[in-house]
This record gives sequence, C-alpha cells and structure tokens, in this order.
Amino acid sequence: MNKEFKPRITSFLCKWCSYTGADLAGTSRLQYSTSIIPLQVMCSSRVDPVFLLKAYLSGSDGVLLGGCHPGDCHYETGNYHTRRRFALVKEVFESLGLESERLKLSWISASEGPKFARVANEYTEEIRKLGENPTRKSIFL
Amino acid sequence: MKNKKNSVLVLGAGIAGIQASLDLAEMGVEVHLIEGTPTIGGRMPQLDKTFPTNDCSMCILSPKMSECARHSLITIHIMSNLEEVSGTPGDFVCRVIERAKYVDPVKCVSCGLCEAKCPVKIDDEFDMGLRKTKAISRYFLQSIPSEYTINPNYCLFLTKGVCKLCEKVCPTGAINYQDKDREIDINVGAVILATGIDPFDPIGFGQFGYHRYSNVVTSLEFERMLSASGPFGGHVVRASDEKPPKKIAFIQCVGSRDESIDKNYCSSACCMFAIKQSIIAKEHSKELDASIFYMDIRAFGKDFDKYYDKAENHYGVNFIRSKVADIVELPGGSLELRYTFENGDIQLEVFDLVVLSIGLQPRKGSRKLSEDLDIRLNKYGFCHSDTFHPLETTRPGIFVCGAMNGPKDIPESVVSASGAVAGAVKLLKLERHDVSKGEEEVIEKDVIGERPRVGVFVCHCGINIAGVVDVKNVAEMAKGLKNVEHSEDVMYACSTDCLEMIKERIEEHDLNRVVVAACTPRTHEPLFRDTISGAGLNPYLFEMANIRDQCSWAHMNEPEKATAKSRDLVEMAVGKARNLTPLKRLPISIDPEALVIGGGLAGMTSALAIADAGHDVYLVEKESVLGGNMRDIFFNLDGSDPQQFLAETIERIENHPGIRVLMDSNIGEIAGFVGNFRTMLTNGSGEQEELTHGVVVVATGGSEHKTSEYLYGRSSRVITQKEFERMLHEEKFPPGKLREVVFVQCVGSREEGRMYCSRVCCSKSVKNARQLQSKKAKANIYFAYRDIRTYGFSEQYYSDLRNSGALFFRYTPGNKPEVEMVHPDDPDSRIRVTLFDPVLEKDVVVDADLLVLAPAIDPPEENLKLAKMLKIPLNSDGLFLEAHVKLRPVDFATDGIFVCGLAHSPKDMSESIAQAKAAGSRALTFLKKNSILAEGTIAQVRKDRCSGCGYCEDVCAYAAIEIDMEEGIAVINDALCKGCGACVASCRCGALDLRGFTNEQLFSVFDSLEIEAVEGIL
Repeated sequence: MNKEFKPRITSFLCKWCSYTGADLAGTSRLQYSTSIIPLQVMCSSRVDPVFLLKAYLSGSDGVLLGGCHPGDCHYETGNYHTRRRFALVKEVFESLGLESERLKLSWISASEGPKFARVANEYTEEIRKLGENPTRKSIFL
Repeated sequence: MKNKKNSVLVLGAGIAGIQASLDLAEMGVEVHLIEGTPTIGGRMPQLDKTFPTNDCSMCILSPKMSECARHSLITIHIMSNLEEVSGTPGDFVCRVIERAKYVDPVKCVSCGLCEAKCPVKIDDEFDMGLRKTKAISRYFLQSIPSEYTINPNYCLFLTKGVCKLCEKVCPTGAINYQDKDREIDINVGAVILATGIDPFDPIGFGQFGYHRYSNVVTSLEFERMLSASGPFGGHVVRASDEKPPKKIAFIQCVGSRDESIDKNYCSSACCMFAIKQSIIAKEHSKELDASIFYMDIRAFGKDFDKYYDKAENHYGVNFIRSKVADIVELPGGSLELRYTFENGDIQLEVFDLVVLSIGLQPRKGSRKLSEDLDIRLNKYGFCHSDTFHPLETTRPGIFVCGAMNGPKDIPESVVSASGAVAGAVKLLKLERHDVSKGEEEVIEKDVIGERPRVGVFVCHCGINIAGVVDVKNVAEMAKGLKNVEHSEDVMYACSTDCLEMIKERIEEHDLNRVVVAACTPRTHEPLFRDTISGAGLNPYLFEMANIRDQCSWAHMNEPEKATAKSRDLVEMAVGKARNLTPLKRLPISIDPEALVIGGGLAGMTSALAIADAGHDVYLVEKESVLGGNMRDIFFNLDGSDPQQFLAETIERIENHPGIRVLMDSNIGEIAGFVGNFRTMLTNGSGEQEELTHGVVVVATGGSEHKTSEYLYGRSSRVITQKEFERMLHEEKFPPGKLREVVFVQCVGSREEGRMYCSRVCCSKSVKNARQLQSKKAKANIYFAYRDIRTYGFSEQYYSDLRNSGALFFRYTPGNKPEVEMVHPDDPDSRIRVTLFDPVLEKDVVVDADLLVLAPAIDPPEENLKLAKMLKIPLNSDGLFLEAHVKLRPVDFATDGIFVCGLAHSPKDMSESIAQAKAAGSRALTFLKKNSILAEGTIAQVRKDRCSGCGYCEDVCAYAAIEIDMEEGIAVINDALCKGCGACVASCRCGALDLRGFTNEQLFSVFDSLEIEAVEGIL
C-alpha cells in the first residue's frame, strides 16, 4: 500500500449537534485529522442512503455520518430514522461484498468537541488500516 | 434618551431573560436586554446535560442565544446594571450603567490573540474556578456576543500601568484602555426582572469539609467536571490525584430545607440534578458506584419519577435515605462518610468523591436591587409574588420570572418568562405587524436562467486562518473553478468595509452566487446572507466554506494539509453554489382570533391574557359552569382566598368584550393549520357553529383519580382530599368526635399504570391538615407518605405541621397502610388503619374517625380525541407532550397550538396561572403578526413522481405532509414544514426534495470531491 495514503472521509454533519460539536472542537483548538471533510446537512435524516453510496463511489475512503444523540434530535425524531436507514445501508453494503466499515454513524452533541476530535482521529486510523477505497483503482458496477 | 414607550427592559439574560426577550420581540416589541456578565446565556451553558431527557444543555440553548443576538428588535447590553426605575407603568425611565469593556466590540474579531498573550491568569468563573482564564478573555468559548472584554480588576495596565501586550498583538486595534462606564436612560413601558439565582456556598458547612478536602465538590463544580467542554474534557477525575473516582456520594439538601441557616425552603431542582449527574457519571464509567444520600426524593415534575426509577433500577444508583453526619478525609484523599438511618443506626462508608447537592439561593445583590427598584422580597430574600399573581412584583409594571422569585427548573423558568411577557404587553399599545413586509422591500434581481457567476471571498481572519492555511493559494485555485467569475482573499470578511466591498464586487462582476470561505456558517451565515440581500441577490444564493473552526483551528500544525483541505472545502462550496436557486419564504396569513379549549383556571387565564392584548377569544367549555377544578379549592397555604379570586376571574371573563364564552359545547372537528384553523362546535342544544381562528390553546385540565383502594366508596369515613377540603370549608364534619385523622398520600400515583407524581397532593394534604388543626384543635393527624414533596416555599408549612405534633409514617409500595372497618357491617364505622413505623420498626394501629386519601390527578379521556384532531402527541401517561420538555414547554411541535394547566401535567394554581399566561403569550407571538413567513428551506413534491404511498406522512414529525386522497399524491404544508429533510430521504420514488439542500446540489458537492485518481472509468 502507498505509504503516503491520506484517507478522505466525507462527513455528513447535522447542523444542530454534530456540526456545532465540530466547530467547538475547532474553537477549543483540538487537533484532528485533516482527512475529515465536513458537509453540513439540516438533519442526519436528510442523508439519503444514496448519498452514502454516492460519496463512496466518488472515491471517499470513509463516510462519516454525525447526528444528535437519540432523543436529542432538533427535529424530534429525525435521528431515529437515520439510525434505521443506516443499519440497512450497512447491510446492503455487506451483501454487495463492500466493506461496511467504510460507513460510520456517530452521535455527537454540540458540546462534544472532544468527542468529535476523537471520533475523527479514531475513524481516520481505522480507514488508514483498511487502505484506499477500492473504487479508486478499479471499476465495478 | 431612547424614547420608546412600546419597549420593555428585561434584566438578566439567562434562559428566562432570553425567552422573555424573544417572545416580546416576536410580538413586535423593542427589547433592551440587560446582563451583568459579558455574555448572555446565564446558568444553562454551565450545565452538561438536562434532566429528564439528558438533552445536551448547550445544544438546545445555543440556537436561542443566537436568535436573541440576531433579532433586530433586541438590544443586548452586556456588563450592565439596572440602577433605578422611575415613572409609572407604561412609561418608565430606567437608568442603566454599561460598564467599560476596554475592547471595541465593533473592531474585535474574536481571534483570541490577546488572550494567548495576556500574562495574567485568573480563576475562570464559568468553570467554577476549576480552570484558569486570562484578564482579557471571552466568558466561555461559545459566548454571545463573542467579543473579548478586559477584567479591570486584574488587567496589569489598568491596575499597575504596565503591560499593554494585548494592545500590541491586537490586529484590529480594538483595545481601548480609555473606555469608560456609560450611563444611559431607557424609556420603556414595562420591566421584567429575571436575575436568577446563586448556588449555595457550602463553605460554612464545616462537617462536609468543602474547601478543606480537595475531593469534596459542589454539584455545579461536578457538572463542569462532567461536561465535555469542561476543564477535564468530560473525564471525571479527582482533584487530589487526577484518578477517576470509583465511588461517588451525592449529599442532598446542602443549603436547603434547613431552618438553622434560615433556608426552610426546598430548592426543588437538586434531587433531579443529582439523579441526572449520577446517571451521566455512570454512563461515563459503567463500574462506577454512585450513592445519593437524601431525606425525600422530590421527583415531582413531568416524567421525573420515571427518570428516578431508571436511575435506581436500570443504572443501579443507590438511594440511601439517611442523614450524613460528617465526613473525614483519609490519607490518600478518599472520604469517610458517617451517616444515620431513620431507625438511628449509624454506618461508615468510604467514597472517592463527594458531591454536595447545593441549594439555590437569592442572587447576591438582590437586596440592593430590591431597594433600588422599590420591590419587596420574601423572608428568604427571593423576590415576593403572591399565589394568584406569580409573575408580578409588588411594584406595578415590574414583572418577575425565572428563579428570582423562588427555585425553579429550566422549563418552569421558561414558562414564567413567557408568562411575565403577557403581563408586560398589557401595558403597551401593540398593533399587529407585518413581518414579511420588511424583507420584501429589497428589490431582488431575477437570476433564473442566468449562467451561474460565482464570487469567492477567502478570509484571512487575521492570522486565525492565514496563519495556517495559504489563503492566497486557495483564492487563486478558486479562480480556476467552473463558473467562478471572481475570487479574492480578504483580511476580515465580516468587517463592515469588507461587507461593503462584497456588495461592490457583486455589482462589478454581475455575480449571482457568493461563496465566503471563513469561520463558520453557524455564526456568520446570517450576516453574509443579509449582505448579498442588500446587493439585490436572493439570500439563499449564498454558501459558506468553514475553513477556520473546522480547518485552520483543528489542523494548526499541518499547514499544507490544511491548505489542501481548504481547497477541497471551497471547491465543494462552489459546487453547491453553482446549483443554488433563489428561495422564497411564502407569507402565511394569521387570523387574529384564538380558540381556548377548557374553561378552568388555566383556560380562563390564557383567554384573558390574549383578550387583554386586544384579540378576540372563543373560550369553549364542555360543562355549564366556568372554573373547573378550582371550584373545589377553598384554601391556600399562604392564607389567600381561591374562591374570591375565582369569582373575580369569572366576572372579568363574562364582562370582557373580547371573550366569547361557549358553554356546554363540544368540539366536533378542527381542521387547518397555524393562522388558519376552522373548528366545528356543537352546543348543548345540538346546534353547530363554525369558528375560524389563528391559534389554539389546549387547557382541557385533569380530574381526581377515582380510586377503589382503602375502602373508598364503601365507607362514609373514607374521603378524598377534594371532598375533605369542601368538608373543611362547609364545616360539615361526620357525626361524633373527630380525633384521629389519617392521611394517605400517593393513592394511584407513582405506581404501575400511573408512573408519575401528581405533584400537588403533598402540599394540598399539608394545607388541609393545617386547616383541620385550626378548626379541630384536638384532632390527631397521622400522615402516611412515600416521599414528602412539599417543594419550594411549601416546605415551611410541612415543617410547621411536623412541629405541631402530626405523626409521619413513611410507607413503601410493597407495604401500604392496611385498612379495615372496625364494624364491617356498618358503613359509618371507624376505620382501623395499620401503619408501619420505620423509625420504631413496628406497626402502629389507629382507629381513624376519618381517612383522607390523596388520589392521583388523571388526564381527561377526551385528550385522545383532541390529540388526533389536532395531530399533537400524548405521552405514555395520556398527558399532552410539548414540543420540547425544556425550552418549549407550552408549544407543540405543530405551530400555532399551545398547552397549559393540568392538560400538560399536574400543577398547582400558581403554576397553572403562570403556564396559562405563557401559553397566551406564545399565542400572541403569532396573533400579533398579520402573516408569518414559511421557511425557505422546505420540502417540495414533484407531482409526476409521487405515488402517494404515504410513507413521508408517517415520517414527518410536524404533520406537515398529507396525502391528497383525490389526487393520490403527497402535499406539503409550507407553513408547517421545518426543513429537516427526513421525508426526502424516505421517499421511494424520488418525488421529494429539500429546497436549499436538493439532491442535485448535494450531488454536485460529491462531484467536486470526486477523486481524480480513478483511471479508466468510462
């Protein structure tokens, strides 16, 4: 594997909790991996399973989805839908023979700057071990 | 002097002050929000989580803080005091002192260079002294306003005339050592006080060793220790050895319920606070052992008992009913507690950390404030207010909310804040206003059909971004991106000069999309949107790349990688901007009338609040009399007369020109949505009538639970508290002597089928017991209870009752008092009650002349029907479920519908009045507008793709989607959609999309991310 491999992790963050938590990590000057490429959505439940697939097929080495903790959703119940959908996408990934580890769901609240930084670093490490997204090298479909 | 009689001054910017300000501003009232510290937010930002939902405190508060800061009608005066109020209600002059900040808030860009260089370290007040801050600082990281201030007591230059380091490093020249205190006079119609509480300082409690033992902390210090943003990053460690504690003890009632220190009141929130902390601590570490030492667990609020149960039975928190006598520090820092059980047994146990659950006390300086403003305090130093006017001070025109007039938790503070607003607006002359008008005035350029021409502005933010990211390189790269017409780097994108320059560039290059790469959209997106809107662009044609908070600050040691990431982020933002479309916020007209369902105390109070503000109200009551449960209340603990107040209220209702009372009426159907409801009503004679109205207030009340326990219904000597109160009032006692009277609490409450505390029964029974003593001096009172929950100022009446010789017997659900008739065949026979005395550890038998039961409060059965009609939820107990337990306690998730009184949860008269006023106030935030604007980022349906499956309808939490049965497709109600996008992701046909976050826009973001390395792809 290429020694210089720098994973790219597309990170869908809900506006009210995880995105705010990521901001807090910055305001607190907590250092985490530059692999994390944040993308704000209103609610984690906006993230269509297709987005996860699309992000993967566009070459992301990992896809992180961050939402409010269960029960905390700014939109009452959005993250419960997210939780169910995410479980399904994982299953679909597995049944297609893809590495479901390339998808990660994490609940990060607005005050959990340290958690955001930790998840970012741990997940980057995990992905680094997994190596490059295979779609970068070969075509399938 | 600012001459605005139609404005209100709010003192204190905690959650109560913020809520009051927001409600007023939404009604079109100009607000001056005065705050002593350098930030708004109050106590809530210090909290890690909130009970009973474990919601993150900052997550729920920060949107309200920014809304408050952004609202054009709210002026925030930080570091300011209210010195004097002169004049009369409706026309006050308030003298405010704005203390010197020594930093020009217009120039300060919150870069933090000054703080980094400042040599003076001081205890951080926000972190309860557990961390250090500097003499120039931000109060806390998420402070609003975010600008820095200098603490003149510590600044070396201001105290000793040396240093000036901050001035040297400040890139914008914002430091101003010459800054002076300013005195301003503000003319307002009303004043709302919300100065909050102080935590009790346990330093005088020598036996607990606070300050002497490093591992004894207060609950507020522990909260900071738990907080992820706190001094230990959320890792709970002991101060003595920085090791995580394995055993934690919580000691309740430190500074509460204590006659010896003149605090014979219950602080109301600490039991739940300790339960919450024990749960969170156990979540941090599964092996942790947590014990709570208490007298009574006062989990009296909505869903509190379930939380208590969860702590005990799911998390395994130990609840130990005992008194802690003293604490001894052992070598190594652990602490030995000596505590006594009810039966006198003494036990010793060692803990690693002890948390003192400190009470709430009046704020320092409230005595002086009360003298300055000429308002009365109660005997404990809290602001005085009476039972029927819980939000009024003794001075007309000055209102009170939050914990300033008695301990309250967060939702009660929010309720009281909205309620106080109802009082204040009565003194103003408010017209209905048009929110949409102001925004429509800008002539918007039509960009539809135009080729995207994107302008990119990359911000240096001094060295905050440019110190790490090669900003020029990023701006240069952007020039090469598709559709980018113009790109440049700027020093401070948010500075007034630069905002003007952005407008010029829009003109110059005929830009129709703008991307700013800078700090974070969370704080700055509204500002930039306003800017481009000022240049004639639709505000939604803006996109922001977060290259500071989520890039330069997070990757300070990796400049190259951070630059590469910034390039990616800008490319993504341009990708999305390319596909942005202008969005309209459609106006929704609001009918000015209100419908109030329920003619009890809550319904009537709410109706008056709305009608007094000039809006017509339909007050619907199913019975033929007004008053509801209040008709059965004859006494108050404080001696005031409920029946007199009820009669006055009914008279006001009946004579009010704006209120139409509809008796004997039932609601057949309610259709429509916020601003546009239609209700079909059937009256007693079967006639139907249709009402149209803009809002609905649900005040359907509750009723005393019909019990069959304890021989109720079989013996004439077993009665309920409600019946007993009437008996006391009419003085029609059962024949013969009335010597032995037994009270049984929690009949039907806090057990299977009704896992909630009915909240008012303890105080009510204490009240009636005191009444009995005043009428029948010889009566002996036996009180069977599980926990005495006389919270707040009711505590003193409970201790009076105890001191008067009444006997108290605690029972457990498994060991309830046993009752039998002395003469089983005689329904008038005395009742033999067997009570177990846990102190003596044996049974006590009483032949009672009267057995008085305190049954639970049940929600009415009609709630279910109403819930379906209005599409509003009920909780598992059949009580209406508000939009947010903490911060939206009288709203429903569905706009335009509000709840108050027993329909929400059991509460006493004062609380019902406060909540009813709050519901009225919240309703007025809609009624005072001719129309409201729907969100811009809302869902839309592509009719040709929709199959009408209805899955989206189920997913929507706001009842904003319905299937049109005729056309067989989903229809979005623009007025109700909140724009989360949950439905969009659920749509199987791809018929739904979210404006502002469309599939196309998000796909174009991925496309810009696409990695070039893919070779050979077709």
